[in-house]
Amino acid sequence: MSKGRIIDHPILGRLDEREEVHFTFDENKLIGYEGETIAAALLANGERVLRCHEETGKLRGIYCNIGHCMECRVNVGNQKSVRACLTVIQEGMEVKSGRKLPTPFKKGETQ
Amino acid sequence: MIDVIIVGAGPAGLSAANVCAKNGLKVKVVDEFMKAGGRLLGQLHEEPDGTWWNGIEEAKKLSEDAQELNVAVECGVSVHNIKQEKSYWKVYTTKGDFKTRALLLATGAAETSLPIPGWTLPGVMSIGAAQVMTNVHRVRVGERGVVIGINILSAAITRELQLAGIEVSSMYLPGKNIVTEDAAKPLSTMKSMLKVASLAPSKLIRLGSYFMKYESLQSLAVRFYPKNGMKVWGMPVHLRKAVLEIVGDKKVEGVKVAQVDVNGEPILSTEKFVPADFVCIAGGLYPLVELAAISGCPFQYIAELGGHVPVHNENMKTPIDGLYVAGNITGIESAKVAMKQGAVAGYSISMDLLKTDVNIEDQLQQAINHVKQTRNQATIQFHPDIHSGREKIHASFKNTLRTDI
Repeated sequence: MSKGRIIDHPILGRLDEREEVHFTFDENKLIGYEGETIAAALLANGERVLRCHEETGKLRGIYCNIGHCMECRVNVGNQKSVRACLTVIQEGMEVKSGRKLPTPFKKGETQ
Repeated sequence: MIDVIIVGAGPAGLSAANVCAKNGLKVKVVDEFMKAGGRLLGQLHEEPDGTWWNGIEEAKKLSEDAQELNVAVECGVSVHNIKQEKSYWKVYTTKGDFKTRALLLATGAAETSLPIPGWTLPGVMSIGAAQVMTNVHRVRVGERGVVIGINILSAAITRELQLAGIEVSSMYLPGKNIVTEDAAKPLSTMKSMLKVASLAPSKLIRLGSYFMKYESLQSLAVRFYPKNGMKVWGMPVHLRKAVLEIVGDKKVEGVKVAQVDVNGEPILSTEKFVPADFVCIAGGLYPLVELAAISGCPFQYIAELGGHVPVHNENMKTPIDGLYVAGNITGIESAKVAMKQGAVAGYSISMDLLKTDVNIEDQLQQAINHVKQTRNQATIQFHPDIHSGREKIHASFKNTLRTDI
């Protein structure tokens, strides 16, 4: 659990004890800590891929981490396109990665 | 009706809020991030006198003062529109719409990206993203990475990554393309790095302060820059190597690096693969101005300030009634300057809203002097000609008023 985390820091000191938060990412059960963002909790669990480009399907992860670039969009429960870097993880949260969307009107593609 | 709404709970916004509240105004601060402090939260560097600048502690002090002064600081709130009505501003947020007599935009800065082939791969992030992950969330961005872009911000944050035990194997220039421009040129990168001589004792910088004086020596230094880079904090900094492509299947696996000539043109026969599980892109900062843009405020492009900035004067007032700006939205400078600018905005707003109080005018003048003092003593200077940039924007405020009449 602590592998992805910086527990001890020479200047900032030891990481405070925090409550565990249980959540799922694409149905995988994961553990984060209270007060942290979805992006931080996922990265600490080794999850770098948050979505794919809606048209090309190319994989994407966090880029700016402070809400500007919109690259970290995930779906949370019924809410679509939530910025993982600004949204605090909650107990029982169901996080889903963004998927490729159909392009029925694109030349050369059917369906 | 609220007296003052402040957008941005960073060093400028919180400082302004505290001054306004001390003067008896009803203040509300909103911020998108879940913690107050803005980019102070990630900052951690050693000052020339050996003390540490710990942004988390600075943010905590400002937040505690705000709490004591009954400032309403609301985090996790995004502002998506602002509108000037006859005698007030309407602020549209994700948690409701609010009316306010004065509006202060302290939205800070955003990072310029350097598009390089492969830059959308998971594992590639802005240098600021790595800073927030490391110092704020305390989550490892990877095991071994490279930094693309050599500038004051990337040098400072690379040091922070090292402190947290995250290995950065090298810093490189970005490969030359239509967007990367000066950032890809060894000489212009060298020149801008030479101006940060006080950042830390290092070979590059000591060498730099000598070369700084002589234009011809600078190009010589670039010409004879060591092939294996120059070590700063034990890590090679490559002014003569550039990342041409970031490679990986589902996530970053490494970068393709080549030597570059003095103009930044790659020597393709020297191409080499360097493994990495994360890559940070550092293109520098620009003022985050969208809200000022929709307010109808006039703008000026001032390179010394980092890009397009809303026109404002020394009092942090824009030409638009009731609209103020402070911090990096007015130009890229250190958090210490932003804090002092915030205080100026706070006195300025207080003076305008509480017209009867004469003491505030003196305090405002003092606060303006503090901004200048702090600027002159700044350890981290993002642009060497910051003073001329400030003069230009203040002059354009005077011109704006003149043309209005």
